[in-house]
Amino acid sequence: MIAALTQLLVFQLLGEAVARWLALPVPGPVLGMLFLFLALTMRGGPGHELQATSQNLLQHLSLLFVPAGVGIMVHFHRVADEWLPLLLSLVISTAATLIVTALAMKLLMPTKAASGEAP
Amino acid sequence: MTPPISEIWVYLSASPLLGLTITLLAYQGAFWLYRHSGMNPLANPVLIAVTILVLLLTLTATRYETYFAGAQFVHFLLGPATVALAIPLYTQFRRVRSLLLPVFAGLVAGSLTAALSAIAVARLFGASLPTQLSLAPKSVTTPIAMGIAERIGGIPSLTAVLVIITGILGAVGARYIFDAMRIRDPAIRGFAIGVASHGIGTARAFQVGEQAGAFAALAMGLNGALTALLLPLVLGSLA
Repeated sequence: MIAALTQLLVFQLLGEAVARWLALPVPGPVLGMLFLFLALTMRGGPGHELQATSQNLLQHLSLLFVPAGVGIMVHFHRVADEWLPLLLSLVISTAATLIVTALAMKLLMPTKAASGEAP
Repeated sequence: MTPPISEIWVYLSASPLLGLTITLLAYQGAFWLYRHSGMNPLANPVLIAVTILVLLLTLTATRYETYFAGAQFVHFLLGPATVALAIPLYTQFRRVRSLLLPVFAGLVAGSLTAALSAIAVARLFGASLPTQLSLAPKSVTTPIAMGIAERIGGIPSLTAVLVIITGILGAVGARYIFDAMRIRDPAIRGFAIGVASHGIGTARAFQVGEQAGAFAALAMGLNGALTALLLPLVLGSLA
């Protein structure tokens, strides 16, 4: 687990450094993901430990959003003034985005579509 | 002689241990409910845990900063977890490569819809201009969204709140929309949830399956980059 976490942190650090250095609009961890992906392609896949650790981490990805989510309490007054247009905008726009994205993909899908799990 | 309970509370609430522990406890409780509901999206664990913690902190008059001193250890793991998304992406890459055209079309259509429909609805219902601009990057992961808000004239801290709410809305509602549209392909369901509701949607997708999760992660990364590049240009040409 420690070796896997170290690898993930090294790639994150690499991502942060390159994002800063080239002043890219993408956050360091997203670049780190890209670098790790390239490394995996060259290496022919993740080792057993990296696979297991990342699976654990991603199973509970929702936990990691909790501290930032609680931050809503500090900025709630910003939302309070215009809550109705904000709520309508968020609900309608999120639904519209899901629908448009899914439709655009479905239209261009190759004919033999796979099926299986469904979120 | 034992000290009064209020003194113990003052001591504990000043240490990071408490913020960290209540975060994990609230999440364990929320996840228990989620699992026992059969992973029903309405019982979203982020939504439940955040609600419990906000109530707890408000009732005990604890400041967010005090809480975050402990919770930051969990927050920190978002970085390595984002990097770890490379692994499911690698595992699912054969399918991703075979779907380059639908992925590209979904990305561009979804990214523009997310920003422009948010602005349009807010404008229709009379939101102020800074509020409209703060809404525009709401489907993008928080650090990118705040950067975009700053650049286009929105309020970054308002955007941060809107991003979280968007994530929860997508994670809660996506299943019902896809079912109504009769869309079953996990690649489409995952990718759309990633475009619309970034990491929180991706977390939901991973709980359902690896293929949906991998496509959600891909969508989150691509949409972040595309929105950062495209949105300032699109808004510039509209203004």
